[in-house]
Amino acid sequence: MTTSQIIRSLEPTQDNLLAILHRVQDANPANFLDQPELREVADYLELPYSFVYGVATFYSMFSVKPRGRHVVRVCASPPCHLMGGRTIRDELREYLGVEFGDTTEDGLFTLELSSCLGTCGIAPAMMIDGEIFGNLDGVRLREILDRKRREEP
Amino acid sequence: MIPLMHVILDVGAEAEQAGARKFREVLEAKLRKEFLSEDVRIVESANLGVSGQGVCMLVYPDEVYYGNLKLSDADRIVDQHFINGKPVEELFLDSPEMRRLMAWRRREGIIKKGRGRVVLDNVGAVDPENLAEYKSRDGFRALAEAVRGGTPEGVLDTVKRSGLRGRGGAGFPTGMKWEAVREAPGDRKYVICNADEGEPGTFKDRIILEGDPFRVLEAMALAGYATGAEEGYVYVRGEYRTSIDRLENAIRKSREAGYLGRNILGSPFSFEVRVKEGAGAYICGEETALIESLEGKRGTPRLKPPYPVTEGLWGRPTVVNNVETLANVPPILRNGADWFRKFGTERSPGTKIYLIIGHVVSPGLVEVETTTSLRELIYGYGGGIRGRRRLKAVQVGGSSGGIFDPSVLDEAMHFDALKEKGGILGSGSMLVMDETTCIVDMVHGILNFFLHESCGACFPCRIGNERLVRTVNGFRSGSARPSDIDLLEEIASAMKVASYCALGQSPFLPLSTAIRYFREEFEEHVNGKCRAGVCRFKVLKERQEARRWTVVMSR
Repeated sequence: MTTSQIIRSLEPTQDNLLAILHRVQDANPANFLDQPELREVADYLELPYSFVYGVATFYSMFSVKPRGRHVVRVCASPPCHLMGGRTIRDELREYLGVEFGDTTEDGLFTLELSSCLGTCGIAPAMMIDGEIFGNLDGVRLREILDRKRREEP
Repeated sequence: MIPLMHVILDVGAEAEQAGARKFREVLEAKLRKEFLSEDVRIVESANLGVSGQGVCMLVYPDEVYYGNLKLSDADRIVDQHFINGKPVEELFLDSPEMRRLMAWRRREGIIKKGRGRVVLDNVGAVDPENLAEYKSRDGFRALAEAVRGGTPEGVLDTVKRSGLRGRGGAGFPTGMKWEAVREAPGDRKYVICNADEGEPGTFKDRIILEGDPFRVLEAMALAGYATGAEEGYVYVRGEYRTSIDRLENAIRKSREAGYLGRNILGSPFSFEVRVKEGAGAYICGEETALIESLEGKRGTPRLKPPYPVTEGLWGRPTVVNNVETLANVPPILRNGADWFRKFGTERSPGTKIYLIIGHVVSPGLVEVETTTSLRELIYGYGGGIRGRRRLKAVQVGGSSGGIFDPSVLDEAMHFDALKEKGGILGSGSMLVMDETTCIVDMVHGILNFFLHESCGACFPCRIGNERLVRTVNGFRSGSARPSDIDLLEEIASAMKVASYCALGQSPFLPLSTAIRYFREEFEEHVNGKCRAGVCRFKVLKERQEARRWTVVMSR
């Protein structure tokens, strides 16, 4: 499906804006919403571009910057913090060699912070794309990331 | 064909990582080989209530729990247990913690049949994707009775008499909310299910949505029937992929079977439900921010009043109920208000789902009556503190709840429990902290969270959170002055008065209680001491160093 078709797969009502942005972003190979896409969404819903851009930048799951193939979202909420979340965040930054919000040089991972992922029973936790990983420690973290790397063609 | 056995396979995040999906494939292959595919039904459950046990499953009718399963165990269980009827004892779920927990439960008589299970009775017991299984457990009976022989007034009256209070955090009486919407002028009204569960430490709504989605739909239809709404929305946070998929499946199947859509079960009542997906914003759990987001805007809160009951979605009267609140509705209507009132206390009837997390032996959730004490929750259901350490503090009600010392352990966890002590029950989350926790560092973590999640629309919250984090950081780094303790409280109380919505008011509770119960620790930090050894006092050390050099050089 082309971007236009994706945008037009939902009714042109404003309450569909978030759903449309989700679909467009999911189809984008660099995992983000680029400017022409946002403009087309704005035209389709007959909304100002600035408004659509405002919505896209409000929500943490949307990005207006290109991202890596996998988005690593590490939970920054207090329960994970209590269970060693800060160490996990530091390890992730060190192992991937990027700061939060940035993408690794090979374009594989983008590192992001997330609010509570709702998996506090297995804190500290992170989410890679849609998949949850819990009970993290430095060793497990490296294993998971290495496995993701190996899965790449 | 009715299966002879049911296997409830845990596919929660943890089990999934341990290979639950692969295990299912192997088990299915073996069942096919033995021609047992029709006799043994595998049901996936989001949570079996165990943790740290790898792949685990519960086998009915024997009620046998298996844990830490390897792929090779599948054959053995099928041969020995399913075919020859001898459960494989070596593979039973077992661990010292579990044994201790079971012994405690037996001693305290906690496992009493049927006790307290109002909301979660289907979770783990039915296939969440199968309408027939939901119906076999009295599912949609309340809705059928209401639209066929009942009246909207009757439904409303039962909910009011039940005394059900909102489970989202505020504890507002559900019946009163419904009545306000019913009486509000307007021909179009809406029902919104708030499934934007984002309160740190809370995952009860996810378990309900993943484990029993039909129930939420039935409850929404009942709310629509009672209030005169014909449209409903479930606003689910974008991170809850499984919940969204299960809900969409449940909506499709309910509509096909005539439980949703036009003229439900041939009656004049029509009700449609749509799923709306969030996109990552804690603030959208606040009802007016949620409504803004649902309308396709940035999720910034509206000023109240007007409340959603009169001016909600698209300016029309709207019921906004939490998932757990709604999940209580069908059993209340099936069994009556008096039945519901048998559980819990006079002012907080029913059960509550509590999340027991942090430094406990078995973190997880439990649904018990609102008469249950904090001690029972932590030491009974949570299995006590990890690693033979001592309890230091517990934060009750999520990140915006109060932080208490062990003196509150014997309080029953009903809605008004901690009011005079300056707390709330909130979402029902109990974050347990042992003595290795530094309260100042924990408060820093909490405030950082609020800073990250502030939507920025009103300045007391936007600037106040920034100031709070900076001030509390001073305690961690060693640059704080004694007066900073009062400064923290002052900023938080100003935010409480002046902020637009609950988020800006949130830092006050954890901060004021932390200071009330652990003031000493804040004072120690001013002097460069952290009793838990967490804080590094970088600034303090640098200053000491600088001072030392000044002394050396002036000589």
